[in-house]
Amino acid sequence: MDAIVCVKQIPDPETPAAAFSVDEAAMRVVEAPGVSPVINPFDQQAVEAALRLREADGGAGTISVLSLGPDSARDAIKTGLAMGADEGYQLNDPAFEGGDAWTTALALAKAIEKIGLPDVLIFGRQAADLDQGTVGSIVAELLGLPSVTVLRSAELADGEIRVSRVVADGFESISTPTPAVLTISNEFGDPRYPQLRQIMQAARKQVTVWTPADLGLDPGEIGATGARVKMHALYQPRNETECEFIEADTAEEKAGLLAAKLREAKLV
Amino acid sequence: MASILVFGESAPGGGPAAITAELLGAATRLNAALGGDGVACALIGAELDAVAQAAIAAGAGAVYTAQDAALAQYGADAYLPVAAAIVEQAAPAVVLFGQTSMGRDLAPRLATRLGSAVAMDALELEAGDGRVRVTRSCYGGNARQVVTVESDPQVVTVRAKSQDPLPEDAGRTGEVVPVAAAPGAARARLLEKETADSAGVRLEDAGIVVSGGRGLGAPEAFADLERIAADLGAAVGASRAACDLGWYPPSQQVGLTGTVVSPELYVAIAISGASQHMAGCGGSKNIVAINKDPDANIFRYSRFGIVDDYKKVLPQLEAELKRLVADA
Ligand SMILES: Cc1cc2nc3c(=O)[nH]c(=O)nc-3n(C[C@H](O)[C@H](O)[C@H](O)COP(=O)(O)OP(=O)(O)OC[C@H]3O[C@@H](n4cnc5c(N)ncnc54)[C@H](O)[C@@H]3O)c2cc1C
Ligand SMILES: Nc1ncnc2c1ncn2[C@@H]1O[C@H](COP(=O)(O)O)[C@@H](O)[C@H]1O
Repeated sequence: MDAIVCVKQIPDPETPAAAFSVDEAAMRVVEAPGVSPVINPFDQQAVEAALRLREADGGAGTISVLSLGPDSARDAIKTGLAMGADEGYQLNDPAFEGGDAWTTALALAKAIEKIGLPDVLIFGRQAADLDQGTVGSIVAELLGLPSVTVLRSAELADGEIRVSRVVADGFESISTPTPAVLTISNEFGDPRYPQLRQIMQAARKQVTVWTPADLGLDPGEIGATGARVKMHALYQPRNETECEFIEADTAEEKAGLLAAKLREAKLV
Repeated sequence: MASILVFGESAPGGGPAAITAELLGAATRLNAALGGDGVACALIGAELDAVAQAAIAAGAGAVYTAQDAALAQYGADAYLPVAAAIVEQAAPAVVLFGQTSMGRDLAPRLATRLGSAVAMDALELEAGDGRVRVTRSCYGGNARQVVTVESDPQVVTVRAKSQDPLPEDAGRTGEVVPVAAAPGAARARLLEKETADSAGVRLEDAGIVVSGGRGLGAPEAFADLERIAADLGAAVGASRAACDLGWYPPSQQVGLTGTVVSPELYVAIAISGASQHMAGCGGSKNIVAINKDPDANIFRYSRFGIVDDYKKVLPQLEAELKRLVADA
């Protein structure tokens, strides 16, 4: 079973709220001191999904990890390689900068065609920077493939892929033929932790780097000029709430006082 | 012709989903601000007549309906060509979806098929320079961005409960336009639906939500929360940490990747208040937190707070609330 997993490098989403800040003029997040960017956590689970599907299929086949991003995004690819993926591809060129979900998906789709369409294309449910969750679906549409999103499991069954999709009021069991696009949610479970030996092997692996020209893309189609969504502002919301702490000698008394406050405010 | 097309949805038990009226309210305001020529609703499904009438009462001047047994359940393959045909017929400038299980899946594919793009999970919609300015949450709730879709039609998904429906008016009139578009052949096929049995109030509709986090220490504690919730007519929610530990079903997860709630009262018990959790409950009118850490982030959003071990607070709180509710 061949798979391509798309991974994005993002500012660490576990950055404590107090250390998070944006440069409003530049409409950019300021990297918090001492906090390095990471592979999008859902993408790490997407790599895990690919590895498990291949294992269930007898272990044969190639898993490629693909990322569009600047030099540092190589680390996200290396994380996938250390987990057990075989090949790394990076789309890296200044012309890609300032793009949106559309230009990203366009470039990824071209790269996927160049690598060769695998049995399954796996994405995270959303990149935990802009929290959009659209790139997987756009790639599926561009390539004319079926897509199933926000999955907690994916298995091989009767020559198809059987998935469980997380929906608002439960789960849907869905079967899709291959090739297909899957997007993975956190309910999938923890990704494997690479061994030191695997990290060292991954560090030595070559990552293939492609520019727009390698993909047959005109610089005008991608990056800021090709983008269809325009950002006008980025800011941190102000939160004005002042907490009234309920003070008393014992927890029991605090509970009684809180109940009375809630009644007074007509909340219960 | 309509300037704004809303993709409505049916509620699981029949009738329109609440989001449909919210979208029609937002569409009506946007249409006025953009000087557009009307609001229409698109409905795709199997039995839509009652929902279509409800959509008219909620503000749709026209309702495009595509009814077919093969459309009874949402699936991207079946719905996409139908949705695209409706957009072609209605020729809107703006297409609105709810940020629902259907909307988040269908909107990006449809936007791409239409040669356009989508802005996801809008909190606010405004008209500016003839386009829709969308304010949305990003970076796990730590930031907001304002964006416009510069291609046409502008597709936007909208967060539940972020928009007010119009005041109900059964006197509204509108026409129902059946659309004959063949459902697409389903490659990905729904085999089975497992509905999480949420005893009591549905999380997204609850006026009060009582939520528990990893600090509860054990899954059994959720039984205590359920008793308190039952007394208050509340729903029970959970942080992702609690859900990931298997203590509570994912359908009850509150937050960025769970359900977004905005009740009158949100009670957070042993929840730290990470930005991704607050992304799902920060819109609550009143937050009350019980946490043993005085510096927990949750207190920055809370109207009332108790700093203590929840185990010592809960029994008395339950007894007092029970008494208050019984007295009422
Ligand atoms: C991309 C992404 C998406 C995410 N989406 C979501 C989401 O949708 N929803 C969500 O909830 N999280 C989400 N998270 C996770 C989020 O960042 C936090 O990790 C999570 O919310 C923490 O859950 P918690 O508050 O229950 O646990 P913790 O952070 O471990 O907090 C436990 C709290 O309990 C308190 N406590 C401990 N013992 C007691 C006691 N005896 N009495 C009183 N208080 C006690 C502690 O002081 C602490 O504040 C997401 C994270 C990422 C990266
Ligand atoms: N720059 C990128 N490079 C590779 N994959 C990406 C990139 N951006 C998004 N993706 C993939 O698309 C998924 C959804 O991203 P998004 O639509 O931006 O939320 C991510 O989880 C990744 O799998």
